[in-house]
Order: sequence, then C-alpha cells, then structure tokens
Amino acid sequence: MSETLNLILKVWRQQGPADVGRFEEIDAKGIPVDASFLEMLDIINERLIENGADPVAFDHDCREGICGTCSLVINGMPHGPKQTTTCQLHMRSFRDGDVIWIEPFRANAFPVIKDLTVDRTAFDRIIAAGGYVSVRTGAAPDANSMPVPKEQADDAFDAATCIGCGACVAACPNASAMLFAAAKIGHLDSLPQGKPETRRRVLAMVRTMDAEGFGNCTNHYECEAACPKEISADWITRMNRLHNKAATIEAVR
Amino acid sequence: MIQPLTATPDARIPAGPLDRKWSRHRQDSRLINPKNKRKFRVIVVGTGLAGAAAAASLSELGYKVSVFCFHDSPRRAHSIAAQGGINAAKNYQNDGDSVHRLFYDTIKGGDFRAREANVHRLAEISLQIIDQCVAQGVPFAREYGGLLANRSFGGAQVSRTFYARGQTGQQLLLGAYAALEKEIARGNVEMHSRSEMLDLVLVDGHAKGIVTRDLVNGRIETHAGDCVLLCTGGYANVFYLSTNAIGSNVTAAWRAHKRGALFANPCFTQIHPTCIPVHGDYQSKLTLMSESLRNDGRVWVPKRKEDCGKAPDQIAEQDRDYFLERKYPSFGNLAPRDISSRAAKEVCDEGRGVGPGGLGVYLDFAEAVAEFGEDTIRDRYANLFDMYAQITGENPYKTPMRIYPAVHYTMGGLWVDYNLMSNLPGLHVLGEANFSDHGANRLGASALMQGLADGYFVIPVTVANYLADETPGAVTAGHDAFRETEKSVRDATDRLLGIRGRRTATSFHRELGLLMWENCGMARSRQSLTEALQRIPELRAEFWENLRVPGSGESFNQQLELAGRVADYLEFAELMCHDALHREESCGGHFRVEHQTGDGEAMRNDEDFSFVSAWEHTGDFSKPQLHSEPLEFDVVKPSVRSYK
Ligand SMILES: Cc1cc2nc3c(=O)[nH]c(=O)nc-3n(C[C@H](O)[C@H](O)[C@H](O)COP(=O)(O)OP(=O)(O)OC[C@H]3O[C@@H](n4cnc5c(N)ncnc54)[C@H](O)[C@@H]3O)c2cc1C
Ligand code: FES
Repeated sequence: MSETLNLILKVWRQQGPADVGRFEEIDAKGIPVDASFLEMLDIINERLIENGADPVAFDHDCREGICGTCSLVINGMPHGPKQTTTCQLHMRSFRDGDVIWIEPFRANAFPVIKDLTVDRTAFDRIIAAGGYVSVRTGAAPDANSMPVPKEQADDAFDAATCIGCGACVAACPNASAMLFAAAKIGHLDSLPQGKPETRRRVLAMVRTMDAEGFGNCTNHYECEAACPKEISADWITRMNRLHNKAATIEAVR
Repeated sequence: MIQPLTATPDARIPAGPLDRKWSRHRQDSRLINPKNKRKFRVIVVGTGLAGAAAAASLSELGYKVSVFCFHDSPRRAHSIAAQGGINAAKNYQNDGDSVHRLFYDTIKGGDFRAREANVHRLAEISLQIIDQCVAQGVPFAREYGGLLANRSFGGAQVSRTFYARGQTGQQLLLGAYAALEKEIARGNVEMHSRSEMLDLVLVDGHAKGIVTRDLVNGRIETHAGDCVLLCTGGYANVFYLSTNAIGSNVTAAWRAHKRGALFANPCFTQIHPTCIPVHGDYQSKLTLMSESLRNDGRVWVPKRKEDCGKAPDQIAEQDRDYFLERKYPSFGNLAPRDISSRAAKEVCDEGRGVGPGGLGVYLDFAEAVAEFGEDTIRDRYANLFDMYAQITGENPYKTPMRIYPAVHYTMGGLWVDYNLMSNLPGLHVLGEANFSDHGANRLGASALMQGLADGYFVIPVTVANYLADETPGAVTAGHDAFRETEKSVRDATDRLLGIRGRRTATSFHRELGLLMWENCGMARSRQSLTEALQRIPELRAEFWENLRVPGSGESFNQQLELAGRVADYLEFAELMCHDALHREESCGGHFRVEHQTGDGEAMRNDEDFSFVSAWEHTGDFSKPQLHSEPLEFDVVKPSVRSYK
C-alpha cells in the first residue's frame, strides 16, 4: 500500500447558474500520494454517493493533459500549484493535513453549470468568428507544394498547442481571453496557409471576444503563468500589432 | 448458445480491379443537385476526427447538418489525445513507399481479417488527407528545407508517418474542428454539445433520427433527419482501464445494435505495449506512452527473477534480456503492437516483470541519450517524457521508463458496407465506431488516417447513394416512432434512477473491467470465456438490483450519464465474449491460448475463419445471431504474419 494523506477540502458547491453557491468542507482521509488530483475527487465522490450525499460535479475527460476539459482553481490557482492541467496534478504535490480550496474557473463569460463545471462555449464562438482557414475539403494543393521554414512551423506549433481550457481567463484579473485568441491568431498568421485571412480573422475574433463579455488585457501576465501549455504572452503583443494594423486599414477603406 | 449461421450481409464492393474500384465507385455514385442538397438534413453524432470532418465536408457541399457530442465542446473529442502520427503513402522520403505498399502493410498488419477493397481505398485517400490538413494550417513537423518531415512508426519499414510533435491527434482535430466552426458560423450546421444520443429512431426500418439527453438540464429531446451518421468512437472502456478518455463509450453503437444494426468482430481489441503500468486500485485510466518511443527506446527485463527487485542501473548489461530484439531480430523493438504486448506479458508471467506487482518492463533510453544527446531526445519526445515524470514522479532521462500493455483501440464496431452504411438503411458509421479497415489488428498511425478518410472523403461521396432515393424532410419528429423511442429512453432513465441500491456505477464498471481484462484480454481461452459468459449476466443482474444513482433525471447528473454507459457495457461485454469464444483461432489482437504454435506464436485459421463475424441482437443476450461476411483476397495472398 502506498503512502496516504489526510486532507481537508473546501469545495465550491453550486446547484446551478441561479444559485449563489458556497464552500463546503469535505474530509478527505487516506488519499494515496500516487493518485491524481481528479482520482482524489473520484474517491471523495464514491464516498459521498455511498453516504447518500450529492457528489461533486467537475469536468474531465482525457486525463492526460490534452483535451482541455478539466478546469479547477486549486488554492487560488487555475490548475493548481504546478504549471500543468488539473488532471496531471498528483497528490504527491500536497502534504498531510493540507487544506485545499477547490473552485470553478470563474469569469462572467463562463457561467457555472453546477459546482465546479462551467460553460465555456464562448470559446467555440470566438473560433467560429474566424479561427480557421477557409479551405474546402478536396480543394487543397499537394502538401509539399508550399515549403514552410522549420522555425516558422515550430512557432506556429507553439501557439497551436493551446488546449482551450480557459485557465488564462480564470487567472486574469480582467477575465480576458486574449491569450486564447492570440494563440489561434498567431498560429494561423505564422503559416502561409493562414496569412491571407489574418486581417479579417483578427478583427472578427477580437470583436467576438468583447461581445462575449471577456475583459481586456492590462498586462498582468497571469495568463502566461497559468497556461498549462506554456503559451507565451508575446503572442498577445503580436495580436495587438496585427489588430492595430487591420483596424487602421479598415478605418481608411 | 449461438444461433446457426444465417444470410450474409452484402458489402456492396464495387466490381473491377482493386486499384480502380474507388475511382469507379466515385464516378458511379449518385449525385444530388445543389438545390436539393439544401433540403436534406444529416444528423452527425460525434465530433472526433470522423464526425467533425464529415460534418464540415457535408455542410460545405450544401447539406444541412445537425451535430451532437457529449463533450462541452466539439474540440474535446477523444481524437485529441492521439500522439504519434498519421500515415500517408506520399513517399516524400523516396524510400519505396506507395499506395500499394501501405495497402499491403495494412492488410498484413490486420492479419488478413480486413476487406481488400476498403483498405485499398484508405491507402489511396491517405494522400489527399495530408494535403487537406496542411491547407487548414495543421503545423506538421518540417525539415530545415521547409518540406514535411516523416518518421517510421509501429513496425513500418518505410517512413510514412506525418506528425506534429507528440500531439498529432490534437492538431488534426483542431483542423477539423476549425472547419466545423467555419460551417457553424455560416449557419449551415446546428451544433448540440453536452448532448448525448441515447437511442436511434427507425421509421419503416430506416434511420431517421435520434433521441438525446441534454446533459445540462436533463431534457430528453428528439431530432429528425434524412439519415444518421454515427461517429462515436471505440469501446475500449469496456475494460474500465484503458488509454481512452474517460467518457469514451459504446452507448450510441450499442443502442443502434439493439435496434437492429449488426455488430462486427467485437472481440478484435488492441492492447498497446507502451503504457504506464497500473499503480493502484483507485486508478481511473491508463496513460499511453506513444510507441514512437520505441524508435529510440530499448525494451528489456532482467534475465533472472532474482534481479527484478534491484534498481535498473544495478543490473549489468549481460544480465538484461532485450526480449523483443532477441525474439524478433529484424523488427526488434518495433515489432507490431499485438506481438510486443504478448511478449511483455510472457516475460511478466515468467516472473521477470519489474515494478509494483511485477507488471512492467523497462523502456530504456540510455543508449539513445548517449548516442544523440539528451537535447535531441528532448526535442523528439519532451511532452511524453514530461507526462511520464508527472505521473510517476520519476525522471526518464535518467532512469528507464516502466511500461506495460494496456487496452488502447477497438477494431470491431458496427458492420458497414463499402458506402459506410450499416445494414439499417440510412445509418452510416464512421471512424473507430465501425469495423471496416483494420481487420484483427490496427497499425500505428492508421486510425487517424481512417477517421479522416471516412469523414472528409468517403462519406461526402457515398451518402448520396442513400439519399438520392429519399424524399428530403419526409419524416419529422412528429412521427409516432419518435414518441415511442423517446418514451423508451425516459423509461430506461427512470429505471436507473429508481433502483436506489447501494453500489456506485463506477464500482460495477471497475468489476466488469477486471473481469474482461482477465478473461477476454491479452490471452483468451475457452475456459476463461465460458467463465466470463457466466459471470457477466450475474453482475448485470446485480447492477439492476443494487445500483445507486443519486440526484434526478431533470438536471446535470454525471452519475446518471455514467450509469447508462455502464449498463450498456454490461450487455456489450457478453457479446464480446461470445465472439471471442466463437472465433477458434488466434489472429491479430485476438489470441486464443488453444491456438498457438510451439513457441507461442498466434495460429490463424484461414480455412474456417476467413470471415467477418457480424452479430445480430435477438433480444436475448445469451443467444446472439451470427451472420458472416466471407473475406476474399484477390491481390494479397494470406500468409503467416512473421516479424522474426
Ligand atoms: C492515447 C491514444 C493515442 C492514440 N494515438 C494514435 C496515433 O498516434 N495515431 C493514430 O492513427 N491513432 C491513434 N489513436 C487512435 C485514434 O485516436 C482514435 O481511434 C480516433 O481518434 C477515433 O476517432 P473517432 O472520430 O472515430 O472517435 P472519437 O475521437 O472517439 O470521437 C467520438 C465522438 O463521439 C461523441 N460521442 C460518443 N458517444 C456519444 C453519444 N452517445 N452521444 C453523443 N456524442 C457521442 C464524443 O463526444 C466525440 O465527439 C490513439 C488513441 C489513444 C487512446
Ligand atoms: S482531462 Fe483532458 S486536459 Fe485534463
């Protein structure tokens, strides 16, 4: 049997978007150090159900840090103390007797569905505003007909690695989605395939971001620090540059 | 007992030479004029590679599309987790690859249990897929000259795998998702996320709609269309622990099966050799370490049992058994998945496994680090090494990884013809959810290829062969069949909530998973399967008496979702065991201990089992009805699959 921990959880409970919500204290005894954070919650939920109580709702799926579904604020930090996703956080990062505060990703644009689950469909609508290349299936030229310098392709990848979890929004004092939008805009602008639509894309995505109720960037860099994929805030600078240019051109046309 | 064999479903393989079938079929397929296309509504369930690609492409053609997924966003489908890469016969490396070679490798890799015509089509389409993805802005790895890079993968002797670091599935899915969002923005696609399909609606035997549960508010809804596409992924989670995402499930496919769709080759499941071993009974999933790692890592265990407890650096070179290199000198550490997995199980069964419970083997990078330097290895595998360190708390640059086989992929699935249509008119099945292209074993980097081939290039052509004879919008959700199906879904939900027993859905799932892993896992026997066939109905009976689902149906209720999925697994598992018991041979991922050579290699039986097993639901889980589709090999003659 591996080593175990006794912990006290302060978990956010909220029946639905209309409910005000509150913290509930839950005893978490005998948690194996090798368990993941979500496995710890699984254990707690099994106990709650067996005791006739309502289990804690939380989102998760791949549990390998890639789908972007898991979304907890742990001790005030989106995804917790390590720069990784909640599902990749393990209980060995905690000490026996710790009190752990667990909350949902909070933002006006991310209404709570229940307990720790939130609605992040606003992100889909930002992508729908222009986060794509307008190419039809079957209309593509041979893949090697357009060489892309390796450095440029690597840059594009660094931005494209965003998992859309929303930690950047939850970390930002203004609940801004700039890092999310900038990563997609940067990814596509770094590639010859995406460049032709940059102007249209950046205007539409930024507009949608504002309309969805996300705040503005005032350079706190919390997003970069919380991003499990370590996406650089430099992409925001680049997006702002692209946006200014596009807005100017739009204004003079 | 299994009912005697009955009529063979018609696979509708086009006539003509193998390499002309698809081009001819495209020419011969029906066309629907653009004005009419707009009147048809296609229901797409699932937004993985197969579903997102299909929905986007059909919408581009002008069809109206309604899309459903249980995830909170279409971008989170399980396809996102694929690591290693996607195959295509581009021959950019000039190393002798061709459409024919990819076709041949896939047929052989599938241990001669797949259809030649489907596999050839897949190999042909592989070329277009890469073009399409690059045009969408998928940032594949590139060489310094700016052209696309390739690696060799999963036992292939040519470098035909395209990749985006260790996140290929993510990048491909984000490409397909972006295409889907583009069509949503155009107003042609209606997206329903957090929406789970719970039944298929048949009108006069045709698939004309689905019943869903809105997972946010619990509302049961009906949706009508002119045809239905299931793109709902695989059923590996019948084993509870697998490398699949937690939510992956058999529900959509199983409920379609219970409405009459044939389920093909359910026992063909793939065990992946390189996963992080199990560490405790609270464990919720297994993590895959991409097999691309086997390009640079060497697999070994101690030669002597006595050494297993020692730290790996305390075991001298001559005391290590590099068993894959020893047994399969020409493929070595790159031997196919089924073969590598069984070899690892064998050494562990001999008591030479390492780590907790002796269920692990080493995957050692010391030699590669010495040869290429830590930086090069980091460049190739950083995210995988990080993930390993995160999960195990060990540093794989310094100490060998421990790996063990885990359930990974399911080759079986709903039976489909060449048009990807099931035996139920109108019901089409794409991606991992169908059975069609991988036979008894899937090669690495071929699932992404198949999902995208089905979605981008096959279904946009073949769906018209069904729709051309239909009157658009002929069936609406007002039809009685919708009321009846909706009622049966409501009843099933109430039944789950009404049991009010003592055990959680997870506890049943875990017990079933263990039972399946032990009795229908890496090695199967008449005895183990017979035992499973007795225990599964008992467990199912207990489930229906002793399950506890808290909360109500009219709200966000994750336990209710889970309970429905586990209920389906408890039925499906029985069919899997029937199939495994009936197939008296060892082939691909299906290893029957009764059918092996003296040195433990699989013995296929072409004489008696060169067919697809397509099972029909009879209403009695203990008496499924077998239909068989004979497999004919005109181009590749089945041979013993040797990787020695
Ligand atoms: C860890 C891992 C790594 C892999 N790596 C590779 C690789 O390198 N190369 C490769 O070729 N293959 C790889 N595979 C296999 C490959 O990823 C999958 O086979 C493939 O992505 C499946 O795609 P799909 O579109 O068929 O289904 P999925 O991606 O599983 O999508 C299923 C969709 O259906 C929806 N759904 C399911 N049921 C319902 C329902 N009842 N109601 C509503 N919606 C529903 C889900 O929400 C989801 O959108 C890997 C698999 C795993 C597990
Ligand atoms: S559950 Fe997928 S990233 Fe955490």
